Amino acid sequence: MKILVGVKRVVDYNVRIQVKPDGSGIATNGVKMSMNPFDEIAIEEALRIKEAGHAAEVIAVTMGPKVAQEQLRTALAMGADRAIHVETDDDIQPLTAARIFKALCDKESPKIVLLGKQAIDDDNSQTAQMLAAISHWPQATFASSITLDGDKATVIREVDAGLETLSVDLPAIISADLRLNEPRYVKLPDIMKAKRKTIDTFTLDELAVEPAPAIKILKTSPPAKRQAGIKVESVDELVAALKEKGLVK
Amino acid sequence: MSKVLVIAEHDGTTLNGSTARAVSCAKELGLDAIDIAVLASDGCSVSEQAAAISGVNTVILVENPANEHAVSALLAPQIEALSDGYSHLLAPSTTFGKDLLPRIAAHLGAPQISDIMRVESARVFDRPVYAGNAIITVEAPEGIVIGTVRTASYPVAENGGSATIEKRELSVELPSHTQFVELSSGGGEGRPDLQAAATVVSGGRGVGSEENFSVIYGLADKIGAAVGASRAAVDAGFIPNDHQVGQTGKIIAPDLYMAFGISGAIQHLAGIKDAGTIVAVNKDADAPIFEVADFGLVGDLFQVIEELEAALG
Ligand SMILES: Cc1cc2nc3c(=O)[nH]c(=O)nc-3n(C[C@H](O)[C@H](O)[C@H](O)COP(=O)(O)OP(=O)(O)OC[C@H]3O[C@@H](n4cnc5c(N)ncnc54)[C@H](O)[C@@H]3O)c2cc1C
Ligand SMILES: Nc1ncnc2c1ncn2[C@@H]1O[C@H](COP(=O)(O)O)[C@@H](O)[C@H]1O
Repeated sequence: MKILVGVKRVVDYNVRIQVKPDGSGIATNGVKMSMNPFDEIAIEEALRIKEAGHAAEVIAVTMGPKVAQEQLRTALAMGADRAIHVETDDDIQPLTAARIFKALCDKESPKIVLLGKQAIDDDNSQTAQMLAAISHWPQATFASSITLDGDKATVIREVDAGLETLSVDLPAIISADLRLNEPRYVKLPDIMKAKRKTIDTFTLDELAVEPAPAIKILKTSPPAKRQAGIKVESVDELVAALKEKGLVK
Repeated sequence: MSKVLVIAEHDGTTLNGSTARAVSCAKELGLDAIDIAVLASDGCSVSEQAAAISGVNTVILVENPANEHAVSALLAPQIEALSDGYSHLLAPSTTFGKDLLPRIAAHLGAPQISDIMRVESARVFDRPVYAGNAIITVEAPEGIVIGTVRTASYPVAENGGSATIEKRELSVELPSHTQFVELSSGGGEGRPDLQAAATVVSGGRGVGSEENFSVIYGLADKIGAAVGASRAAVDAGFIPNDHQVGQTGKIIAPDLYMAFGISGAIQHLAGIKDAGTIVAVNKDADAPIFEVADFGLVGDLFQVIEELEAALG
């Protein structure tokens, strides 16, 4: 069986982003870009499923500009077998991303599609659920454990109330949460080997994907800043300050 | 006539407070009516609680044994059937709403606006991106407007309403591909709910171990606070996942947030931006948490908590 994995190129999670003064977006010139951390976890999980003998092939998928192939190379170096690049310079919103994944599912017939729980640039947390909807497949989002058993997967999900367990029939869409695993480090020889692996490229037209109605971004602003506070020297001073504000008795 | 349908979150007996927060957001849309959808196996008590929220016109109750647990693949087709005639569809941006709403939106062919934090007009909204380090103002395209509501941005709408409760039978086919197995709660029973509490005491990696976390619980119990944690504390197994605060955990807005042994990574700060007062205790004077703390105290958290317990009698 095949596993399809989403790999989105995003601003690295360690970068302190800057909003452009003209409100047109955030500054990305010279900013470090990486694979979305949740996608790294998704790739790692797919590889572990393959290494446990449950899958034959792991296919990494990205949608974005030409440079997004860097992140596909990382996925290939981690161990993905091949990659698909859906090339576009347009902003791909979740519903369109879901339609593209659906077109690729129709082509590749994977048993599992593993996506990240959210992309840390737009923080939407929608694509997996939308893909599941339009495929009429089960969804198990925010996964912290996946166990395969024949044509079913048992998934433990991180929800507000604790941990929820679902059993889903395959094929299914699963989205990875932080505690699903710890991704492996890429070793130099793997990077060399990855260079020989295939990346197939498609356009939206070639996949016959119609972009979905999009949300228009009117402007980008910096968040309201919190007033800088003070350092107190002692617990007594802290307690006095909190009592004065009526926050403790 | 334009009206909004708010999807209720509940556990079978109690309406989750996030629903009344979503109603507060719905009120700002300035539409002709606000309705709430309650999908349950036995929804009498939940629908009565929903009907008591002021400003709500109609509570639509759909009872079906399949609705005993909130499984999105089963709820989505039912809500799609109810959505006809609504201009807006809202759900709280909790794990419930985040899981469910995109599934509905995609079927309806509409994009979703996640984490609405401000309503500019019935189609224009503010929402955070990059862990809250930028805010985008977005406009929904033509058609039904679908969005999740960032609960920390809205107060719980008051009670005092008396909406009509309307029972609805739906004839939609529900899939059998998804089975609920179990829900295990992380404990913390008896303590205030992290997302609703006025005071939250939180511990990070600096707390050191699961056993040491008892000092965090001790202080929380003394002052009637809920208990939170950083991702590092959860990953290390000090405390269950449902206590995680931050970009990928819970976004909260207590009156008082006290962080012990938490460095203040941007992903953690994303969860506490709306807290009234932030107190940080850290032995490292350069920890970034001090940049956002209203009151910072440099010191050993164990000693500080001991003194705090004494001072608070
Ligand atoms: C995609 C992504 C999403 C993330 N989402 C979240 C999220 O939702 N929530 C979250 O919290 N993190 C999140 N993180 C992780 C985040 O980046 C940090 O790694 C994490 O918040 C660090 O936790 P910490 O502050 O407890 O640990 P550390 O950064 O290790 O800090 C521990 C602190 O404790 C102090 N300390 C140690 N001992 C004592 C003592 N005895 N007394 C006083 N102080 C002491 C130290 O000085 C230090 O500042 C995410 C990361 C990624 C990549
Ligand atoms: N442009 C993209 N390329 C590849 N994967 C994507 C893309 N957009 C979204 N995804 C996948 O969908 C997940 C959730 O994204 P989002 O719904 O935008 O938060 C990501 O973690 C990816 O796995």
